[in-house]
Amino acid sequence: MGDDRLSKARTRMTTEPAAVRYALVSLVVLFLGIFLVAPLVTVFASALEKGIGVYLSAIREPETLDAIRLTLFTAAIAVPASLVFGLAAAWAIAKFEFPGKYLLITLIDLPFAVSPVIAGMTLVLLFGARGALGPWFDAHGIKVIFAVPGIVLATTFVTLPFVARELIPLMQAQGTDEEEAALVLGAGGIKTFLMVTVPNIKWGLLYGVILCNARAIGEFGAVSVVSGHIRGETNTLPLHVEILYNEYNFAASFAVASLLTLIALLTLVVKGVMERGSLRRAKEGANDAPPERDGDSG
Amino acid sequence: MGVMLLYLCLIVLLPLSMVVFKAGGMTWERFWSVVAEPRAKASFFFSFWASLLGAGINGVFGFLVAWVLVRYPVPFKKIVDTLVDLPFALPTAVSGIALTTLFSANGWIGRYLDPLGIKVAYTQLGVVVALTFIGLPFVVRTVQPVLQEIDPEIEEAAASLGANRMQIFRKIILPVAFPAALTGFALAFARGLGEYGSVVFISGNMPMRTEIAPLLIMTKLEQFDYEGATAIAVVMLMGSFIMLFAINMLQWWSHRRSAAR
Repeated sequence: MGDDRLSKARTRMTTEPAAVRYALVSLVVLFLGIFLVAPLVTVFASALEKGIGVYLSAIREPETLDAIRLTLFTAAIAVPASLVFGLAAAWAIAKFEFPGKYLLITLIDLPFAVSPVIAGMTLVLLFGARGALGPWFDAHGIKVIFAVPGIVLATTFVTLPFVARELIPLMQAQGTDEEEAALVLGAGGIKTFLMVTVPNIKWGLLYGVILCNARAIGEFGAVSVVSGHIRGETNTLPLHVEILYNEYNFAASFAVASLLTLIALLTLVVKGVMERGSLRRAKEGANDAPPERDGDSG
Repeated sequence: MGVMLLYLCLIVLLPLSMVVFKAGGMTWERFWSVVAEPRAKASFFFSFWASLLGAGINGVFGFLVAWVLVRYPVPFKKIVDTLVDLPFALPTAVSGIALTTLFSANGWIGRYLDPLGIKVAYTQLGVVVALTFIGLPFVVRTVQPVLQEIDPEIEEAAASLGANRMQIFRKIILPVAFPAALTGFALAFARGLGEYGSVVFISGNMPMRTEIAPLLIMTKLEQFDYEGATAIAVVMLMGSFIMLFAINMLQWWSHRRSAAR
């Protein structure tokens, strides 16, 4: 009983008066309601405004299906590229000492610091008709800008850091002890990597891949510069949303947008589940460190 | 290792070096005539102020959201906590059309603001709203872990020594939370400067009024004015690098602050 009174007194000392608490909570609920919940509900409400029939036919439209195919194709290249690069970069940075390490980390972060529009622009300067390499590619019959390769390159550029960013702090925290033990016990380099390094980082790896995938599917600015918006050919899902919207075909635009929103929500759910899972594992004293909360993306 | 470096050079450095290369080929007068043109200057100023304002709103409200999520019992806390990352996960084009619809004169929120004479969609205010949405997770996610780590015993000790809530907040909580909030503010500001997708729909894109710098690059590229676009990009890149440097300094300061405790 005495304990209970003591803990109540403690809480009273270290928290705010109830009125202040309710005011702050209401303010936060209002703010998040306007800025998070309302836009989310708007997407689905606008998509279904003209009925489920219009919604389904907008999604079954051949141009939409082409956009879905191109978006999935792009992600299928950009995500593995980020994965392989992220693994190699994090492994080199975390397990070895070499000069220029911090410069390298900064360089990897560069695509995050650059505006997506500028990222797209650099590709136009390089591969455009009057760009540095454009005429050469043109002469060999390869179209990069206003074609699929440009879209893939732009997406690869902006998604490059995602996996590396998750893995570098994780692998640095884990150090090299376990790898050294494996090597001493006679495992080869590749075996050590597959049996020791990868299992230790699998959650961070998955986490980075999921974030990378969300960005690869949703990238707009960089892709918009290099795509040329050719329907059925160089139109990704976000670009298709834009085209339909600018044609005042709002219901169809939001129908396509709702697909992207569902992917975003799925990403958040998986992310939430994994964060909670890794927190629990960390509490149980398992080996997996919790993945870093990400700084930015989207 | 070598392959990785080569890949980084090919995908990131080679394209970016084109900006330097292209800008290097311009005379100073030509560069200046593009950058100092009234429309370009207006877009720089507008991008700067809108991002600053959006990041400022996030600085205050993001701190509040983190505070409430860490300290108070909130219904559906886990869902709210997960939802905070929505602006990162949602494609920017989707955010753009959703916010525009929401805040247009007959949208769910716009229809209540319109009779009050507040127009959001297709005005400068709309751009600030979009940038606030985009930057929302930054401050919450930098402040939240710092608030979680503050030991309640320190606050209890302060309270038992006679400090009131305001004193505890100012002397114990703010010194550690402020550098984190400032880092989040800087991240949101840097993101806002380069943001394109969510802004183009709600801004209305009027030159001199609601045109942001990335959009001006886009316009120049569509007119095949590559030199002009490069000049604008150089100014924006310089801004981004200054922010990158500032963010690194802030993070270093923030870590030192929390480590010193």
